[in-house]
Amino acid sequence: MERVIVDVMLKSEILDPQGRAIAGTLNRLGHDQIANVRQGKRFEIEVSGEVTDEVLDQIEELAKTVLSNPVIETYAIYLDEQEAQ
Amino acid sequence: MTTRVGVITFPGTLDDRDAATAVTIAGAQAQPIWHKEKSLKQVDAVILPGGFSYGDYMRTGALASLSPIMEAVVEAAKEGMPVLGICNGFQMLCETGLLPGALTRNTGLHFICRPEIIKIESNTTAWTNSFEVGEELLIPVKNGEGCFQVSNEGLAEIEAEGLVVARYQDNPNGSVANIAALRNAQGNVVGIMPHPEHAVDSLVGPSIDGLGFFWSIAGVTI
Repeated sequence: MERVIVDVMLKSEILDPQGRAIAGTLNRLGHDQIANVRQGKRFEIEVSGEVTDEVLDQIEELAKTVLSNPVIETYAIYLDEQEAQ
Repeated sequence: MTTRVGVITFPGTLDDRDAATAVTIAGAQAQPIWHKEKSLKQVDAVILPGGFSYGDYMRTGALASLSPIMEAVVEAAKEGMPVLGICNGFQMLCETGLLPGALTRNTGLHFICRPEIIKIESNTTAWTNSFEVGEELLIPVKNGEGCFQVSNEGLAEIEAEGLVVARYQDNPNGSVANIAALRNAQGNVVGIMPHPEHAVDSLVGPSIDGLGFFWSIAGVTI
């Protein structure tokens, strides 16, 4: 089964207190080179049948309207090449 | 005629019974509505109560905002029906686009549960017409993702149109411009992060300052 990946991230101008807390902890563990962390979400969508352009368009619409909130988030869509053979 | 206020219950809603009690104390009639229903049962107004609908999966309020009943709520709201979203309900109103902005994790990361003072700035909504502008209310805040965020342009529009209903005196969650409650331009839709329904009885709440929201709707002439 082919998989489409949708990554959702908070927009750069939106404060991410979780990411900041994670970066703070990593720094405390001695990883001084880590300057910043932002945490996002990854959706792995399995598609029955072929991933046609039409299917990708549908998933893009869902990414825009359901999986992300355009007020605070951005999304990126790509095919999971490892699964798609 | 007594105002009938629908109180919608989603899976994971917590505060539907408190909201119904507040409606009753204020002299209106509460009508429970399950989220899978498609009809608003001819109520005069709707409350989207607080809680953790769908366990806050994906984004707070996001899955609930796609529930069958929400189609009717959005349609009715656009036609002018009063809708009050409290806490999780506020998050739903932002998700549906009935109100601008979005609610995100508190800047301090902690879940905050304590009474806070908010100041009323707009008393021309269906839910705040019994208040005076400048009135200070002591109302419980109870949220983990109550940080209101909006783009700079969005905030400028909110301020220019006078859509802020109430601001925190001592901002507990990092909300931009200390925004605690917001309205739409028409004034029928209000979202509020603190819980007025938890401040309607001095035996179990910090004040009865929340009653005004329910008096406002009970007094609306139909």
